Formats: sequence, structure tokens, C-alpha cells
Amino acid sequence: MTTTTIDDAPFIEPSATAPRNYLNDEYGVLSWLLTRDHKRIAVLYAISVTVFFMVGGIIAFMMRLELLTPEGDLFTSDTYNKLFTLHGIVMIFFFLIPAIPAVLGNFILPIMLGAKDLAFPKINLLSWYIYMIGGSFGIYVIITGGVDTGWTFYTPFSTQYSNTHVFAVTLGAFITGFSSILTGLNFLVTIHRMRAPGLTWFRLPLFVWSMYATSVVIMLATPVLAITLVLLMVERTLHVGIFDPALGGDPVLYQHMFWFYSHPAVYIMILPGMAVISECVAAFTRKKIFGYKFVAFSSLAIAFLGFLVWAHHLFVAGISIYSAMVFSFLSMIVAVPSAIKVFNWTATMYRASVSWQTPMLYVLGFIGLFTIGGVTGLFLAALGIDVHVHDSYFVVAHFHYIMVGGTIMAYLAGIHYWWPKITGRMYPEWWARLSALLVFVGFNLTFFPQFLVGYVGMPRRYHAYAPEFQVLNVLSTAGATILAAGYLLPMIYLFWSLKFGRKAGTNPWGAVGLEWATSSPPPKENFHETPVVTWEAYDYPAFLKAMRETQHG
Amino acid sequence: MANPTLHDLQHPGSEEAHVPHHPFLQHHFEDLGQQHEASTLGMWFFVAQEILFFGGIFAAYTVYRVMYPAAWSAGAHHQNWRIGFANTIVLIASSLTMALAVWGAQGAKRKFTTLMLVLTLFLGMTFIGVKAFEYREHIHEGLFPGSAFTYVDHEHPELTRGVELFMLFYFIMTGLHALHMIIGAGLLIWFIRRSWRGDFGEEYYSPVEIMGLYWHFVDIVWIFLFPLLYLIH
Amino acid sequence: MMLSDFPLFPEAASSVAKYVDGLYLALILLTGTVSLLIWAAIFYLAIKYRRRPDNELAQEQEPPAALEMTWIVVPTIIFLAIFVAGAWVYFRIQRVPTNALEVYATGRQWMWKFQHTTGQREINTLHVPVNRPVKITMASEDVIHSLWFPAFRVKNDVLPNRYRTLWFQATKTGRFHIFCAEYCGTLHSGMIGWVEVMEPTEYQKWLAGGSEGSLATQGEQLFQKLACATCHTNDATGRGPVLAGIVGKQVPLADGHSVIADDNYLRESILNPTAKVAAGFQPIMPAFQGQVSEEDLIRLIAFVKTMQPATNVAPPQQPRNP
Repeated sequence: MTTTTIDDAPFIEPSATAPRNYLNDEYGVLSWLLTRDHKRIAVLYAISVTVFFMVGGIIAFMMRLELLTPEGDLFTSDTYNKLFTLHGIVMIFFFLIPAIPAVLGNFILPIMLGAKDLAFPKINLLSWYIYMIGGSFGIYVIITGGVDTGWTFYTPFSTQYSNTHVFAVTLGAFITGFSSILTGLNFLVTIHRMRAPGLTWFRLPLFVWSMYATSVVIMLATPVLAITLVLLMVERTLHVGIFDPALGGDPVLYQHMFWFYSHPAVYIMILPGMAVISECVAAFTRKKIFGYKFVAFSSLAIAFLGFLVWAHHLFVAGISIYSAMVFSFLSMIVAVPSAIKVFNWTATMYRASVSWQTPMLYVLGFIGLFTIGGVTGLFLAALGIDVHVHDSYFVVAHFHYIMVGGTIMAYLAGIHYWWPKITGRMYPEWWARLSALLVFVGFNLTFFPQFLVGYVGMPRRYHAYAPEFQVLNVLSTAGATILAAGYLLPMIYLFWSLKFGRKAGTNPWGAVGLEWATSSPPPKENFHETPVVTWEAYDYPAFLKAMRETQHG
Repeated sequence: MANPTLHDLQHPGSEEAHVPHHPFLQHHFEDLGQQHEASTLGMWFFVAQEILFFGGIFAAYTVYRVMYPAAWSAGAHHQNWRIGFANTIVLIASSLTMALAVWGAQGAKRKFTTLMLVLTLFLGMTFIGVKAFEYREHIHEGLFPGSAFTYVDHEHPELTRGVELFMLFYFIMTGLHALHMIIGAGLLIWFIRRSWRGDFGEEYYSPVEIMGLYWHFVDIVWIFLFPLLYLIH
Repeated sequence: MMLSDFPLFPEAASSVAKYVDGLYLALILLTGTVSLLIWAAIFYLAIKYRRRPDNELAQEQEPPAALEMTWIVVPTIIFLAIFVAGAWVYFRIQRVPTNALEVYATGRQWMWKFQHTTGQREINTLHVPVNRPVKITMASEDVIHSLWFPAFRVKNDVLPNRYRTLWFQATKTGRFHIFCAEYCGTLHSGMIGWVEVMEPTEYQKWLAGGSEGSLATQGEQLFQKLACATCHTNDATGRGPVLAGIVGKQVPLADGHSVIADDNYLRESILNPTAKVAAGFQPIMPAFQGQVSEEDLIRLIAFVKTMQPATNVAPPQQPRNP
């Protein structure tokens, strides 16, 4: 037997009789639509969120085209207002929130735990259907004329003044909320009760810790959004004064209730991104994550503190100076666990074996962009600066650095990392690296100018703007073009690889983790026998030792 | 050679003997114990998110109660606390029968369990029926918020709008509660069928148990709603 | 194209701008350095420890606990320092000087209306003198708006149910943007205007221009027209409280609480008089919600503020049956 390194290990060629896996176990449309297999449901989700991502992306691109010139000359004001509203609603409720948990989490989490499925497979399928029903309300609204309230549905504009499909779209968001609640519930129970023998809490991959924190936030925040949207719908239908000041209500109460959900929702979107990054950093440095417990507990800390900072969205909306102080203070504190993660990921690379494969490129991009997104969050948490930049493009740039530079980069990292496991095929590495580069360059060119134009004074949600903001806006639109190309490429080559990609084999990256211990694609039951875990997470030294013994033994 | 996996390396295959398993053991669980623990925990988490759901509206209710104390008191005067109290008793009784049903299921007392489930359903429907009667009275008095709100407080006309807001909270809170009751009743019908069929026994009773958790939770919500909506002065 | 055509930094034209900009630049310097260090570290480590045949596997490494503690404690201290600095600037932005010139603003879809105490009304333009604190009291007629003066680094949301204030002291003459920062519907991006900062002499000249009498005078006419004086007499015999000198005073309420009679209390008491009834009076005043516009409210309140507790000025009232 020759000595092989991990990297140039040949990939298994398919034998004449293809092994049974979750993809070829059953055939036919119904075998997908009625499946209870978490892996198939993940694939259903992957297709659905990709469709919504394309819808949201096209809308974003239309907005960038409008903003090429200061005058509002491409669309009418009403159309532009609908565009940014729908962009926000589609991207947040129908893409970012479900993307990583419902696609990657659904597929990988049970396998990481050594479980055959999530605890409640039927509920898992139900959550996809609920998501689709909620999503079809979104599509219905887009087709029949849109909605123009902004994704935040601020009252009294949304309840008394807007003449668009507010009811239908809030109902859609309300329904979709139940889909994430069910996913979160399923994850929590699965993590608690379905871990393989020997898989203690501190042997769990950090992905699981982060998903756990995400699920807690989903479970405790989403119902508050649900009831808030119920009140909004009731007020809009009956014209009574819950939030309408003309009828005795308080519009700022709506903002409190809305952000009590929607600030934690930011963590619902970024924590799964951190989950993916931890996995990829370990796999592509072949090292245990530096400060495992600190990274694990920082996820829980974020989940907890994330509930205590909602009013930093209201610094100029009418809260007292003293509550502003408290929320500014807490917002500073919530930045600490995120900083801990960034430092630990970086430190993991010290004396590591860093691979430059595509997922790692996205990881490097994520750490860089998330750092910028994070530190600009400090600007916004600092009261004196927030008064000026609140509701300006500075805010827009900040949350896109977190949501796009963070979550979407992480999603792409995860898609590339687990693509061989999900499909059994490798993606084309060269094209993937090119797209990672395009995404990184395009992203920065799109959103960095927005920090500058925001501080100069451009308010967000402006259809037309003052001429002196034009140069920075043109840069931003140019960046969006590159970014669009960067996003289109993976859609093409990943699709291509389904048929033409190399066969991946069980463990193409030489990574540890239970998901790399089962075949690619995994069998329907994930494992032919229930694994017994006797090692720590990311135990690369043991892996190497064991591998050498096998090879020389 | 292909990359070995950590699992391959440390665990050369070991086949476990297959034992025939319980008909209601789902394939992805190791045993009924795990299945039971998972479903119970699931219901606890579900109840946790329900608390936040109702918590949101309790918070909004509190804000407006502080804002309009007089109107809240006036609004509560339109509730018949005797009916509300009677309904509370009905609901508590249904919790008792539900608890007995769980006990029966654990002891494989098929007929007893079914009877208790039927009683729970009956009491639950009684509650809904009384609630519907109350709703009808309120609507008749013009107390349904919105365009149907024709009520005017003659003694304190300035409270009219606050009363409308109170009634709005009344209808939303009791309505959401009633919706939970109706869902529970639907589940009960299914459970009665399963219980009569003899699905439940000493090994497998967790569906009844988590149904009980849900039912008790819905009762507890009412225990909070009753004083908040009927008894404030 | 000249750099001045696309500024990367907004004009600094108010007394607080230098603090906001100073903090902003300090934060850019601080966070920029940290970010660059992290970026440099990432790329250095990724290149130095790139995967090669001789380092197929990482070297084992026990994380020193001291390092973890360092990067927990040090960022926390830095973040808290930023909090303190931000709060310090915030207090400067929030604390209104007592000698401020009063201006009233009303936001509506989609325009800004300004009223000066001297009676001038302006739409989408605001004239103010340089080097003098200006306090703007504002409310909305419909949805939530937000009044933003980028050159002054101040903004505040304008709510439909109560007055909010902001203040600035312009330090430069010239013309600066006014934007609505809170999305408010179709022409949100058209809800813009200019603030004209003038030399005091110019400003005086401008003030001398046409007006329909001072805000208080306009308010007095309304006070008569709406027959407020029927009950709000000036001699404690009326069915409503005496309003002269009430502003800023503690008012005991019928329910045992008490409130300070500020703009918001006066506003609420006109629109929805039964919300907080003064002790010793019946809740008999009709609500003026929907009958008095925001601008008229401002006039009325301006008048109430100027009312003097006169000795014998009040017109005699016909006592009515209680």
C-alpha cells in the first residue's frame, strides 16, 4: 500500500450498482413532496430559498439601477417604495431566516448528532409547507401590486395610510413565523434527546451549539412578532386604536414590540452563519477551534443578550434619555461575544494547515466583512453618533455587512463545504474560487460607499436624492453588478456539477465530524448503524494518528 | 485508498441484534423511552413559545391598562363575572378529567381513559359554548370593536373609546384562547378514537400526556385572563 | 469632477458637529486599526500556514487561557469607553439651552411646516440666526416623520401623538439640507427642504417681513374663536382652570397624581381633555381632536404661554347653573 496524503486521495469511482442513498431511495414527485426525510426536506428548502433569493436579488438590482441618478427617473416613487419593501420582506422572512437553519441545519444537524432524523419528521415537512404558504402570500402580493410600508410595517403608516397589500403580506410573514418556530422546536428537541451515544454536550460540533442558540432565539422571539402582526392586522381591519394615535393608541409601542422580535431576528440570521464558519474554519485548518468552550458559550451569550438590546433601534424614536443610555450600554456588551468569536477563529489559523479551497475563501471573506459590520455596529450603538446616522445609508451599509457579508458569505461557504455530502458531487473548484473573489470585491464596492454616503447625509429609503451623493451611488451600483455576477456563477456551476461534477467520496476534505463518516450522499437512515462517539469535536490529531496506523498497519 | 473516516477507524463494524419493536415506535428513535422524552420535551418547548405569544399581548394589555385605567374598569363592568367564574370552574374540571385521562392511559385503562377524554371534550365544548353566548351578548350590545361598535357610555361618554380598546383586547385575548381550545378539542376527538382503539398503554402513552400538557397550559392562560378581563375595578 | 462635487464628509455647521465628528473620526481610527490588524492577521496566517505536503495537519496547540481573557476583557473595556464617549456627546445633543429661540415644526405627508413665535410661517424652508441656540418643538399631522439636519448632526422622530424637541446652534451661515429620515410614504424622498442660517442682522430683517401677527396673537384670536375663554376665565370663577402662568407648574390631577404643565400636557388637554383632568374640575370640556390642526395647536399653546395672571383684565362672566 502506498502512502497517500489526505488531499490527493483518489475519489471512489461508482461501482456498477450504485449504493442506495437518500436521493435514489425513492423516485417520483410525491416521494419528495411527502417525504419525511430531513435531507430531502433540506433540498426542498434549498430550492425554495434560492427562488426567493433570486426574487429579492432582482428587486435589489432594480433599486440600484434607479439610484444611478439623483432624479427618480426609472420608476415612480410608489414603485420604488414597493421595491425596497419587497426586497426587505423577501430577503429577511423568506431567505435569510430560513436559509442556513432550514437548508444546511436540516441536512447536517441530525447527521452531526448521529441521529436518523430530526425528532419530529412530520413537523419538519409541515414547516416547509407552512413556509411555502407564507411565501405564496409574498408572491401573491408581488404579482398583485406590492406593498409600500417598508419591511418594518411602522404604524400608523401601515395601519391607516398605506393603500397597498399590507394585510396579505403581514399574514404571509405571520404564517412563515410558524415555520421557523417549528424548525427551532425540532432542532432543540433533537439536540437534547437524539445525540448519539457518547456525544456529550462538549463533544458537539460548534455548529450544533450555534444552532441551539439560534433555535432558542427563534422560539422565544418569533411568537412576539406573531402577536404583534396579529394586532397590526386587527387594527388595519377594524380601525381601532391599538397603535394609531388618532384613536388613542401608541405608535412607539408597536416599534417596541416589533423590535423585541426583530432585533433577536438579526441573531436568528447571523448565529447560523457563525455556525457554518466554525465548521469550515476547523475543517480547512485541520485544527480544533481555538477556545472551543468560549466560542460555544459566546453563542448562548449572544442569544441571551440579543433580547436586551431592541430599543437601540429607537434612540431617536421617543424613548427617554435614560433608557437610551441603558440600551446603548447593553448594545456595547452584546458586541463582546461576537468579538470573541472573531478572535478565536483567527487564532485557530495559527500553526494550522490552512487550505485555500473555496469554503475557506468564503470564511476569510466572512471574518473580514463581519469585522467591519461589527465595528460599525459600535458606531451605531454610540448614542452621539446614532442620532446623526440613524435611518441613513450608514445603517443600510452596516446591516448589509452583517447580513450579506456575514450570513450570505457563510451560507455560500456552507453550501460549498457540504455540497459533496448533499449531492455526492464536487463543484468545479476554479469557478468557485472565481465567484468567491467576485462576491468579495463586488460586495465591498456595493456597500462600502454606503457608509460614506450615509454619514454625508443620505437618508435610507430615498427614491431621489441630492446630486452630491451621486458618485458614491454610482460606485455602489457598479459593485452590485459585480456582486450579481458573483451570485449567478454558483447557481450555474453548482447546477452543472449535479451531472458533471467529480464523484465526491465519503470524505473529500479529510474532515472529522460524523457527517464525513457516512457516505456521500448519505443513506436514507444517515448511518447504517448508530455511531458511538468517543472523541472530542475536531479531534484532528487522533484522526491523523488513526489514519497513519491504518495506512501503515 | 479513500480517506478513512474517524468513525471507520475507531469502530470496526458491529452489528446489533434486531429486536422486534413496538408498533408505535417511529423508525428514527432508538426506543420508546427516547420517543417519549422527545415528544414531552417538544411540548414543553411549544408551551414556552406559547407563553411568549400570549406574553406579547399581555404586555400590550398592561400598557393600555396603565394608560386608560378608568376605561378598563368600565369595560370590565360589561363582563358578567358570574358567567366567567362558572366557565372557569368548567375549565378547571376539564383539566381534572384530562389529568385522569393521562393517569388512565398510563395504566392501560382503555374505557376509563376514553370516558375521561370524552368528558374533557364535553367540558371544553361547554366552555366554548358559554363563550359564544357571551360574545353574542357583547355583539348585541354593540361592543364589538370597529364599525360594529355602537355602544356609548352615557355616564362617562369620554370613556367610550377606551372601552372599545378594552373590548378589542377582550376579543383578541379570549378569541386566541378559544382558538387554542378549539384546536385542543379537535385533537381530543382524534385521541378519543385512538384511545377507544386501544392504542395507549403502559409503554406508549406519551401522546395523551403531551395532550394533557397542552390542555393544562390553555387552562392556565384562562386563569390569567379571567381576573384581567372580568375582575378589574 | 471636483472633489467638492461629491463630498466624503458633510459640512459641519453646528456647535455639536465637532463632537460628533470627533467621535466618529476617533472610532474610524480605532476600529479601522483593529480591523486592519485582523485582516492582516488572517492573511498572514492563511499564507504562512497554508497547506503544504509537510504540514498536512495542524500542530497541536493548547489555548492559553490568558489570551482568551485578554480578548474578552480588553474589547469590553474599549466598548464601554465608546459607550461613555457616545453618551457624553449624546447629552450635549439632548440638553437644550434655556435661552434657545423657539421654533415650531409640523410634519405632514410630505412637507415640513415651520412657525416662528413672531408669526412667520414657512414651508420646507427654515430661517434661523447663526450662533444662537434654536429649539424646535415638533409634531406630525399623520404618520411618523423624522426631522434631520445632516449639517447640524441632529435628528429626531416626529410623532403624531406628542411633541418632541430637538435643538441646534448653527455656527456657519449658509444653506443646508433638511431631510425626512423616517419613511413616510410615496414622496418620502421629496419631504426635504433647506435651512437658511443667517447673520443676526439679516435675520432681524427677515423677521420684519410679513407676518399675521405673533404666534401668541394668532393664538389669542383662536382662543376667542373657539370660545375657550368661556370657561378658562382669568379669575378662578370659570368652570375650567385658570391658564395664566400655568406653564411649567405642577398641576394636581383629579385622580390624585400630578403632572408638569408642559407643551405635551397642554396639547393633550386640548385634544383629549378627559385624559388628565385637573383636580377640582369636572371632565366637561369637549375634545378638540380632529378639530384643531397641529398648527393651530401651536398657536394656542403659544398664547397660553404668554397669558399673564392679570388682576382685573378678565371679562366678566355670566355665571351659569352648575
